[in-house]
This record gives sequence, structure tokens and C-alpha cells, in this order.
Amino acid sequence: MYILASTQASNFVADVDRAFLFILAVSFFFLIALTAVMIYFIFRYNKKRHPKAEQIKGSNLLELIWTIIPTILVLIMFYYGWAGWKPMKKAPEDSFEITVVARMWNFTFEYENGRRTDTLFVPKDQPVKLNLRSMDVVHSLFIPSFRVKEDVVPGRDKFMWFTPQNEGIYELFCTEYCGLQHSYMYNWVKVMPQDEFNNWYTDTTQQVASAAVESPAATGKRIMTNIGCFACHSVDGSKIIGPSFKGIYGHEVTVKTQGEERTITVDDEYIKRSIYEPEADIVDGFNKGLMQSYQGQLSDEDIANIIEYLKTLK
Amino acid sequence: MQASSKTPNDVSYLEYQGKHKGLWKWILSTDHKRIGLLYLYSMMTLFLVGVTLGLAMKFELIAPGKTIMEAKDYNAVFTVHGVIMIFMIVIPGLPAVFGNFMLPIMIGAKDVAFPKLNLLSWWVYIAGAILVISSVLFGDGSPDTGWTFYAPYSFKTGSNMLPAIFGAFVLGFSSILTGLNFIVTIHRMRAPGMTWTKMPLFPWTLYGTAWIQLLATPVVGITLVLVALERIFGIGVFDPALGGDPILYQHLFWIYSHPAVYVMILPAMGAISEIIPTFSQKHIFGYKAIVASTLAIAFVGYFVWGHHMFTSGMSGTAQYTFSILTFLVAIPSAIKVFNWISTMYKGSINLQTPFYWAAGFIFVFMIGGLSGLVVGALATNVYLHDTAFVVAHFHFIVFGGVGFSFFGAIHYWFPKMFGRMYDATWANIGWLIFTTGFLALYSPMFYLGMQGMPRRYYDYLEEFHAANILSTLGSWVMTLGLIIILINLFRSAKSGPIAPKDPWKGKTLEWTVPSPPPLENFDQIPEYHEKDGPYEYQ
Repeated sequence: MYILASTQASNFVADVDRAFLFILAVSFFFLIALTAVMIYFIFRYNKKRHPKAEQIKGSNLLELIWTIIPTILVLIMFYYGWAGWKPMKKAPEDSFEITVVARMWNFTFEYENGRRTDTLFVPKDQPVKLNLRSMDVVHSLFIPSFRVKEDVVPGRDKFMWFTPQNEGIYELFCTEYCGLQHSYMYNWVKVMPQDEFNNWYTDTTQQVASAAVESPAATGKRIMTNIGCFACHSVDGSKIIGPSFKGIYGHEVTVKTQGEERTITVDDEYIKRSIYEPEADIVDGFNKGLMQSYQGQLSDEDIANIIEYLKTLK
Repeated sequence: MQASSKTPNDVSYLEYQGKHKGLWKWILSTDHKRIGLLYLYSMMTLFLVGVTLGLAMKFELIAPGKTIMEAKDYNAVFTVHGVIMIFMIVIPGLPAVFGNFMLPIMIGAKDVAFPKLNLLSWWVYIAGAILVISSVLFGDGSPDTGWTFYAPYSFKTGSNMLPAIFGAFVLGFSSILTGLNFIVTIHRMRAPGMTWTKMPLFPWTLYGTAWIQLLATPVVGITLVLVALERIFGIGVFDPALGGDPILYQHLFWIYSHPAVYVMILPAMGAISEIIPTFSQKHIFGYKAIVASTLAIAFVGYFVWGHHMFTSGMSGTAQYTFSILTFLVAIPSAIKVFNWISTMYKGSINLQTPFYWAAGFIFVFMIGGLSGLVVGALATNVYLHDTAFVVAHFHFIVFGGVGFSFFGAIHYWFPKMFGRMYDATWANIGWLIFTTGFLALYSPMFYLGMQGMPRRYYDYLEEFHAANILSTLGSWVMTLGLIIILINLFRSAKSGPIAPKDPWKGKTLEWTVPSPPPLENFDQIPEYHEKDGPYEYQ
């Protein structure tokens, strides 16, 4: 039954899919019927079987019929489309509000109590309103399983809302082309039961949270993808804007510290400093002032995961 | 005209020696037929560039992760593919090639109204094309915004945008001048007795198209200039950091670029409306309904641009108004399909290559049009907007629709243009392989979009892998078909059997002049009498 992406995960799914199925059914009927008629005519009135054409120039009645019937059908389609879309335009008063900050090339979700995450955590059966902000260019937030999408436009306050109806982890994409790492600007939505969500929400031990931990290295890679490290740092040894991560851990590099050249070994301490204070040590052959500090965006635990990932890049 | 004893009409336009020699006699010719061929050859060259870029994109997407290129290159490739295909191929497409070549002959004229302006249009077209290509070859980084140049990315990216934007601006002038030329030609130069209701349908669609070119293209010209000024001077029209509005850009862009879709598809419909009666040996069904639907599409097409922006940020009222208008613009297209199929009823169908293309056109155009209903409805648009579904939808229309019609038209008018026949067997084999590849290439994208895969994705999750493999394989099959078609046509243009005046027993005026036509088309301007008409097969 589910022709569109996966599960019935939000309050909008039923009405959107109804519109889709109706239009699809009518479309397939006309496509198959008209193609069949056309092929039959081509066969039946082939000049071998029908050497002399009969000159029929038209029929006002037919023109009228095939104007009126499609008009009625498309108006019904319009209605279903309108009915499935109308509720998206107004969020309920009691919605749980989360601010989405989109930038090249990741989303950050900011909660009212100050929590910031790169995975969207939401409670089940509770209307959630996302307030959309863009820091740079136009992005678009798309959660296929919820059937919602809204562009995130710099300089405009916009929102989207939904009520998650199933527990689980769903994909979340940027669907407005936004530059180099556009196709890596995706993340996940984790829908949790109310009480589990409340526990998570009030737990203040971690600043940035991620869902679905596979291994520290995999988590590290995902964090780095989400905050956009790979836009400037390659993993295959090629030079982009910053040094490549390939084989970096445990090796010696020449850096400039406050104008003085020195050679140091890349270890946990160095990596942490490079993320929190990128201006402190500048690797020989690269420029100052290109990287922002991730202090406050990444926790020590995140950095530990990142280090585990960097160790795998031999 | 000439001092020699031969009048210009003793030799064909291909052999005619004017005052210039060699290449000059082509690129300085004001003969509408030679200009048509100039467009044909320049477009074919650019089309092959666009196809190569498309193939590279599909090859990159055969597997997740890097296959042959980096994200940066992929973004440049889809941008340049889009700019070439949209601004240099499908928008000028049929009007520039077949409109130039056939319009004057079909309405019984010796040339277009302004032959020198016509030549200028081609030169402007070449200048625009060179500018766009130069953005790739020179400067730091190929354009990477997509063909839509969306603000504010288009003035934030460090890539070489200005030549591309300026190139698209220049190409617009070529389009405006061609439109102007055709409007005047159709109003002033129809043969005596050819009233509006006796004009063939291809000229009718050129007429509708010409008005869109003339009225809508300036809007995109102004918009592109504003983007360039934003990039150079930061004038703050579109940049939110300076108080500008990125949504305003989208409105201005689509006010042109949606009607531009009808610039592409109307002449394609026109060519189909010529091919079907000729090969059915039967009067077109519902001539007036087809004309009315052409004008209705051209008119209503101006008012549906907002359907590209349902998720951008518009009032609810604007959204449902644009949605309902979008559904209404589908009706005239449906009417055309019904009339084409009815034309076959009780005809005497001669199954030749152009007819295969026309039937293929109807099939892929129906898929493109019907999938347009899915994205025209608000609820489903929100879901499918900017996914692979939309990519499939518009490729079925602008490549399926325009491309199939273009190939149909070239196989239909080839004997007239080059005076030679082509090998029908190879042409049909090419059609079959091309069509199979086309369907395998684009159909999986509908499925990918329904699964939720966004468009313009260099990399994707594993769940989207299988359909992408099929799509890439389809691109190879389609290219094989394309190569067969082109080789067949090139060989035939050189050495095919000599074509008679009227190989398909057509009734429009181009079949009354020699193949290839002489310089001034007609020795004597034809005249339509009471009983004459373009589709009178009795």
C-alpha cells in the first residue's frame, strides 16, 4: 500500500497519500486507456488494412466531452491536494517548539531549554513546530516519512509542523541545492515516547546529542559529516582548504604557533585544540582565519568520537 | 537579382552561390533555410556536449560515494548541463531550426519578414553560447548554482558565475528577436487566401510561442542583470543581509522560466500536429480546438509560475490559486492529445519513422503531463518538490516531449531540407533503442522521488541504489540509440537516395516546392482558394 516513502509516521500522511493515490489512479487509467486506443488505431487503420482514409474533420460534441470530463477530474485532484495541504499551514497553539538553524551544510536543532542537537529528537503524539532559520543560503527541510517540506530562507521567519505518530528513526534531508556538500546535508529524526523524550530532554549531562550510536568511530564520522568538516578537509590525502585527515593521527606536522615554527605530533590534545582554537596552530602551507571554533557546538565526548574516527584513516 | 543568366531559383538553396564563399556563404547568409541549418548544426554540437555531461552525471550516480568525480565537479556538471540544455537547446530548439526553415515555406513566403535580423539572432545565439562555455574554460571554478541561479547562493558562491549569467542574458535576446521576426512574418506574409483558420498548425504554435518569447524573456533578462549587479556591487535587491529578498528572485525567475516551458513544448506540439495528419492521410481532427488550446496554453501559461514555489514561502491564497491555475493549464494539453489520437481514427496510416516518433511523443508526453498533475496538487507537491520525481517529470516533458518531437520533425522534414532520403530501417532501430533507453533512464527517477531522494544529490543513501543503477544503464542504451540516429542522418544527408518533392504525400505548402527548395522557395507565390487548406486530403 505504501507507494511513497516508508511508514505512516505523521498526522499528514493519510491525506497526502489519498491525494497521491487518487491522482495516480486517474493518471494510470488515462495513460493505459489512451495508449491502448492509439495502438489499436495504428494497427486497425494501417494503410494495408485501411487503404482509404475517411475525412472526418472533428466533432464539437467530442471536444465538449473531453474538455468537461478532464476539467471535473482535475478539480477533484485540486480538492484532494488542497485538503491534504491546508492543515500544514497552521500549527496548533500547544505545539512543542524547536528552532532549526540551517547553514552550509548542516542543520542544528535548538530547544527552548538551551539544548542543541544535530539529530532532531521529538516526542510522539505531540504537535511539534519547527521555527526555520537560515544562516546563509536557501535550504529546505524535508522529512519524507512525515510528508513535510519547507524551504529555510535567510531573512525570513518560517515554520513547519507535524505530529509524529510512530516511534522510530526517520531520514531528514536538505532538498534545496545549497552548494558543495548539499548531498551530505542530511540527518535523522528520532521519535520517542513522551516519557522517554522527557527524560532525554531534562538530562543536562551532554550538550550535543546524536541518535543511533553504532561505534565511536562511526559516530565521529557522522558528527563530522553533519558539521561539515569534509568540505575543507579531505580523507584521501588531497589538499582542499585545510590539511587532509588521511594518516594524520600519530604523525608529525610542522605548525606555526604565534609566528614560531615547531614540529608536533598529532595527538588527542592537538586535535581538541585544533577544533576549539583553530587559530592556535596553523599547519605549514595553509592559511589563517578560515576555520571557525566549534567550542560550544561539540562536546568532549563528540571530540573523543571524532578522534576515534581519525585513527581509522590510515 | 543576379547578373548571371541563371535566376536564383534555378538552383537549390544548398548549391546557391551568393557573394560570399566557403564558410562565409553560410554564416553571412540571410536565407532563412541556411539560418535554420546553422541553428541545427550549432545546436547539435551543443546538444552532444549536454548529453556528455548528462552521461557523466548518470555514471557518477551508478553507486553511492565517489565514482568518477568530486562533489564540486558534479555540481558544475549539472549546472552546465542544465544551462546548455535549457537555454541553448530546448528553448530555441524547434522554432530556431524548423521554424526558421519551414515557417516561410509553410505560409507561402519567400523569407521571414526581417532576414538580416534573423541572421543577427543566430550570431547573438552563438555569442551567448560562447560566453556560457567560457565560464567553464576560464576563471576559477565552473558555475555551480544549477541552471536556476537561485539567490542568495548565486552571488555567494566563489565560482565563475558572471559569464554564465551574462551568457544566458545574451541568449535571451536571440530568443526575443526570433519571436519578433516570426510574429511580423505570420501577420504580414501569409500567402493570398491563407486566412488565419487556413494556416497550418506548426506556424500557429510558432505564433503562440513567439508572443511568449517577446513578452516573457525580458523579465529573465532584467532578473539576471540584477543578480550580476548583486554579485558585483551588492545592490541589495535579493540579498537578505542587505535587506533584499531571495523569494523575489524566485518569482522573477519563474515568471519567465515557466512560460519558457511552453516556448519549448508548443512548437513540439505543432510539429506533431503536422506529422500525424500526413501519415494518417487524413484531415487533422478538431483544427480549431487545437488552435484554441495552443493560444490557451500560451496565455494561461503566464499565470502558473508560482507552482515552482509552493514550499518557498507564499501566502496560502497564492498557493491554492497557483495550484488551480496549474490544473487548468493541463486541460488544453489533454485536448490536444485527444485530437491527435482521434486524427488516427479511420485514417490510412503509413507507419514511417516520423510517425513512430509522433506516437512515442504522445506516450512520453502523457507520462510527463500526468506526472505534472501529481506535482500540481498542493499536498503531493510539498512531498515531491525538489526530489528526483520532479527531475523525471520535467525530463519527460522537455526531453521526452521536445526531444521526441524534434527527432520526429527532423525525420519528417529531412527529405525537404537536404533533398535526400534516409535509411528507414536504421532510423526505426534508432527510435526503438532510444525510446527503450529513455524510459529506463527516467522512469526510475519517479520511483526515487517517491522514496524521498532529493534532486541535485552527488551522493545518496544505499536505499536509493538499485533504481539509480537502472537509470544509469538506461542512459547508455539511450545514447546508443542516439548515435545510431545521428550516424544514419549524417550519412544520408551526404549520400542518401534523392528525395522527391513530396515523399509522404503531405498537403502543406512545403511539399509543393522542390526538395531541397530553391533560394526564394517559390517561383510564384501560391494562392489559397475557397476549397484549399493545409489538411485537405480528398
